[in-house]
Amino acid sequence: MFYREAGDFKTSYREDMQTFPIRLDRRAYWTIVALAFLVAPFVVNDYWTNAVLLPFLVWATAALGLNLLTGYCGQVSLGTGGFMAVGAFAAYKLMTAFPGMNIVFVVLLAGVVTAGVGLLFGLPSLRIKGFYLAVATLAAQFFFVWLFNKVPWFYNYSASGQITAPERTIFGILVTGPSAAPAAKYLFTLTILFGLAWLARNLTRGKTGRSWMAIRDMDIAAEIIGVDPLKAKLSAFAVSSFFVGVAGALFFTVYLGSAEVTEAFGIDKSFLVLFMIIIGGLGSILGSFLGAALLVLLPVFLKNVMVDILHWETYIAAHLELMIVGGLIIFFLIYEPHGLAQLWRLAKEKLRLWPFPY
Amino acid sequence: MPDQFYFALEVALNGLLTGIMYALVALGFVLIYKSSEIFNYAQGVMALFAALTLVGLQSGQVPFAELINAIFGTHLSHFGWRLPPLVAIVLTAVVMVLFAILVERLILRHLVGQEPIILFMATIGLAYFLEGFGDLMWGSEIKKLDIGLPQGLSETVESLTDRWFGYGLFIDRLDIAAAAVAGILVTVLTLFSQYTKQGRALRAVADDHQAALSVGISLRFIWVLVWSIAGFIALVAGVMWGAKSGVQFSLSLIALKALPVLMLGGFTSIPGAIVGGLIIGVGEKLFEFWVGPLIGGATENWFAYVLALVFLVFRPQGLFGEKIIERV
Repeated sequence: MFYREAGDFKTSYREDMQTFPIRLDRRAYWTIVALAFLVAPFVVNDYWTNAVLLPFLVWATAALGLNLLTGYCGQVSLGTGGFMAVGAFAAYKLMTAFPGMNIVFVVLLAGVVTAGVGLLFGLPSLRIKGFYLAVATLAAQFFFVWLFNKVPWFYNYSASGQITAPERTIFGILVTGPSAAPAAKYLFTLTILFGLAWLARNLTRGKTGRSWMAIRDMDIAAEIIGVDPLKAKLSAFAVSSFFVGVAGALFFTVYLGSAEVTEAFGIDKSFLVLFMIIIGGLGSILGSFLGAALLVLLPVFLKNVMVDILHWETYIAAHLELMIVGGLIIFFLIYEPHGLAQLWRLAKEKLRLWPFPY
Repeated sequence: MPDQFYFALEVALNGLLTGIMYALVALGFVLIYKSSEIFNYAQGVMALFAALTLVGLQSGQVPFAELINAIFGTHLSHFGWRLPPLVAIVLTAVVMVLFAILVERLILRHLVGQEPIILFMATIGLAYFLEGFGDLMWGSEIKKLDIGLPQGLSETVESLTDRWFGYGLFIDRLDIAAAAVAGILVTVLTLFSQYTKQGRALRAVADDHQAALSVGISLRFIWVLVWSIAGFIALVAGVMWGAKSGVQFSLSLIALKALPVLMLGGFTSIPGAIVGGLIIGVGEKLFEFWVGPLIGGATENWFAYVLALVFLVFRPQGLFGEKIIERV
């Protein structure tokens, strides 16, 4: 009744091809963007910004990156944690080596460095496929964690092996370091994520994204019809690593503030991001956001229910959380392999006909 | 001969024995992969779960004690008996068979015909679930596994080698026992798959699902059977690793070590799993011994992966794997 496309006429190809062809969707989208930029930072209190919004933004960036590689190009990677570590350490080295550099460039350059590294680890994908490749990307995960642990140059010879983000400002407002306001951190991260999501959406509906999807659906057939697998696979690895590297840089500089590599970028992080895109929806931009939101909120929710309301021990809650996450993964793979994004699509289909379905 | 040589020899021997332990875990992977094309990531957690169950049953723990205590405010912990090791092992094997049946009923049955990578991710979910479940059932503290396996330095080997070469090699008796057990396990498995009806059915399924179905082999029964055997192998691996380093979460990480072993040996080959295990075991120990000190040590964490990665670029199907043929 309310959600419909009747009367929404398109008079050009441009209008027909836009991301949200239905007016109501478009309005909803811009409302959410406006709320996120203009209202949320001033309304939400610091606890929620730090515990939910910031991690959500960071993980959404990482999930977006992995979704480009796994969801769109079909190359499963279990090295996300390692690539995030590359982004974080690149950001740290850049910040300490060039104190005058603006934090925006630091984060983006960290992404570029990670993209280069991702390219290198993407090379085997030209020879090996499927879970052979998934296992091969584990090499990146373990190698980088080891590297950043053992080579003191990366953490500037600090005694604890920890890296700590120095204070940096944008327009005179602190965005990193312990005394930065959560709202400022939030806006900074949101802006970067907004730009990256826009980039991802436009990449995936353009030529690059189409060649990725052709490779995903059947690489040999794609090669025969003229898609260059070398270019498609390596560009997917590079772009995905760029996103993941930016996520790692943000995770370290803005969210954590200081990090220790085995603790912050272990293999559990790789799986976490993979779970986000499975639950959210493989091959869907919206899915990356939904998956990240669910897996960031779920532990907070479970902790609130089990520890604060039921007064159970934290470790029982942690075990149950593992079971619930694992169960959810299996549930989604069996009943809705396309994840939350597909549920949303189905709901929209239903809504269009509501209340008079035929 | 110089001591350095014997030292390297000792390192290599210990690597061989560790490699056998890797091969033990890898065997479980290969079995499931051959018969159902499922890459079972949960194999390591199955080993952890089996070891936890064994210790729990043996020491008479109340399952889910912490959860029950939290809900009902009781103070349960132990039933107050101790089972003999053999009974506990048999009971644990029964639990693993039950687990296999449940996995088939609740997961595999619904995912028939999905892409291998979807099944792989489902087993990652299973691994998470089982990890939480095992910890909730038996508690997550480090447990000591004691079923009377030999421990410590083997004096026989040391004195023998001392007499022969003038240098006593240090070999753990547990490692020798593990090697013996692995040998027996492989022999039994080979005999089983060559000379029994079920074994033949299993090989038929591994060869061609459709053809096997058409001659009346029940795929579901074979899957339960294979997962049960994999559960049993997990139990053996869990016992060996548990006796070596205690039953704790890190036990499930040996699955990650088994992955490069598989890539090296090929996913479909039992001899491949063993040879791959030995190569990785010796390779990582020798690399750590020679190169490790130069670059900071602890290279065991990644060496196996990088070796497998480099190897795969030249031979994508592994040492003994079937040649990958792709059709459009």
